[in-house]
Amino acid sequence: MRLLTHNMLSSNIKGVTNGFPLLIEVEKVIEKPVDFNPDFLKNMFLKVDWKALVDASRSLGYAELPEDTPESSVIDSDDFLRKFHHALLELHLEEGALVCPETERKFPVSKGIPNMLLHEDEV
Amino acid sequence: MWYLCMFFHRLLDYRKAEVESLAELFGYVGDGLEWQLPQHHHPDSPFHFVNLPSEELARTIANRSILVKGIYEVWGEGGSYEELEEAIKNYPDDRKLSYLTADSTFRIIVDSFGKVMSFQEQNDRIKGLAYIPFKGRVNLKTPEHKFWLMQTDDYGVSNGLPPVAQRTIFFGREVGAADRKLLPTYQLKSRNYLGPTAMDAEMAFLMANQALVKPGKLVYDPFVGTGSILVAAAHFGAMTMGADIDIRVVRDGRGPNCNVWSNFKQYGLPAPVALLRADNNLPPWRPSLKEVFDAIICDPPYGVRAGGRKSGGRKLLKGTVDPYTVPDDKRTDHIPSTGAYCLSECVHDLLDVAGKMLVMGGRLVYFYPVLREDDSTGENHFPEHPCFKLVSSSEQILSSRYSRVLLTMLKIGPYTEEIAEAARIKHLEFRENHLKWLEDGNLHSSVFASTDTQLTATGDAKFSKEPRRKYRGKYV
Repeated sequence: MRLLTHNMLSSNIKGVTNGFPLLIEVEKVIEKPVDFNPDFLKNMFLKVDWKALVDASRSLGYAELPEDTPESSVIDSDDFLRKFHHALLELHLEEGALVCPETERKFPVSKGIPNMLLHEDEV
Repeated sequence: MWYLCMFFHRLLDYRKAEVESLAELFGYVGDGLEWQLPQHHHPDSPFHFVNLPSEELARTIANRSILVKGIYEVWGEGGSYEELEEAIKNYPDDRKLSYLTADSTFRIIVDSFGKVMSFQEQNDRIKGLAYIPFKGRVNLKTPEHKFWLMQTDDYGVSNGLPPVAQRTIFFGREVGAADRKLLPTYQLKSRNYLGPTAMDAEMAFLMANQALVKPGKLVYDPFVGTGSILVAAAHFGAMTMGADIDIRVVRDGRGPNCNVWSNFKQYGLPAPVALLRADNNLPPWRPSLKEVFDAIICDPPYGVRAGGRKSGGRKLLKGTVDPYTVPDDKRTDHIPSTGAYCLSECVHDLLDVAGKMLVMGGRLVYFYPVLREDDSTGENHFPEHPCFKLVSSSEQILSSRYSRVLLTMLKIGPYTEEIAEAARIKHLEFRENHLKWLEDGNLHSSVFASTDTQLTATGDAKFSKEPRRKYRGKYV
């Protein structure tokens, strides 16, 4: 699971009002190189929740992203884009879990696939 | 300028829609393209004239298209070879001569529709074109200019249907041609990991074309299965994302070298940016996320070959079984049961998710089943949503009882809570009026019911025994 995915997901258990961002429980992180596509990244930069991405990348052991939401002009910097690219697309949570911030329910991540299906009594 | 567009004689209902989508993809702005049929040709004819603003656009469309065989600048047409000669001679020299110069290379290809021409006959036909002042050298392998002599005969008179095309002969210069090599490369029989309802390659590419897929776009399939639709989208350069409720399909496949990831690897395509297990009925997207996908392409489960499931299984049996509570010590490895997910609900959820998650101008492309008995009522009723405009609907007949229609919808309005509510009300109304057969199991029973049951059901044996109206156009 890439952090792009993590940035899009929340806990949608019935009754949970603030299921985002999900905390990450790390068992195994891997890195996979991905083709660098500046247009896609610039587009995604406008969509991501920055704080969630920074926190998630730190929990995966990557601390190169600036803490505060960068100015939108920063996307013209190649250095920044590379870091953003790495954090968003190249870091994978291969094994672990996503944890609901409100109920601590764990959504397991195995073989890189997050299992977001709810139990019968969470619907 | 008007160009002659020759189509492969397949999926007739999909042909114009594809060309129009591709025109838009490559920058054509306007309200659809102008089309014209050659004289006395049936709409099912493989020959259509299309008005395109530039030769460059015609070429790019033809190169990317799945159903266009070629696009040509017609130098002459006629009902006989004498008429053809006359027409070619009358075609302005300034449009012809620059393609006939001495330093150019060319070849002439003879093609026929509805008849077979022997090699000898083809050669004779080519020699018969001596009145065109070709000055260049012949090059059969890599000519600069390709000329086509295309002949149709009164094809199809013998099967009781009106002829598709009358005897017409066209001569023209090729502007662009399709690359069908893509199809043998991606054909399902060489695909590593297949499911029972994997989308065939030709259709998957058509769907990607309808969705205007191009490099850098983010494409989502909420019923990803073995990823057959996303493979086509990835081929055209899109970033792909897929979800499925069945975790065995998305996570495990049939082993480490036979799963959704390996299907992309097999063709050297970039892996999907995300695969996840999620339920489209209760999508796990964060509430503040919207307008992120450029296209959503999918083949929803309509309950004929595969049925839909949604989460919250046992709870649905309210009254007979108490709401099920997972004991605390079993929570970690609990495998939740799932409930039936009828098509009308599935489509409603799909439109709702698409309304929210598609960018403005993004496209939703999906299959929708239609019982063919509904044909008689005239206009089909397709699902509607205030955020969307229907761009095209193309039918493919699957059996005498039902067909599937590829719907292409364009997002024209932003998603708001009010719109979602209005769509929900509309959906209930729609369900009330048209969708009885889309309820759980009904479509399946209509498709698989034995003839006897149908007779009793209609109570009119004579009527039911009448052979169905033939409609070739949607069969091929």
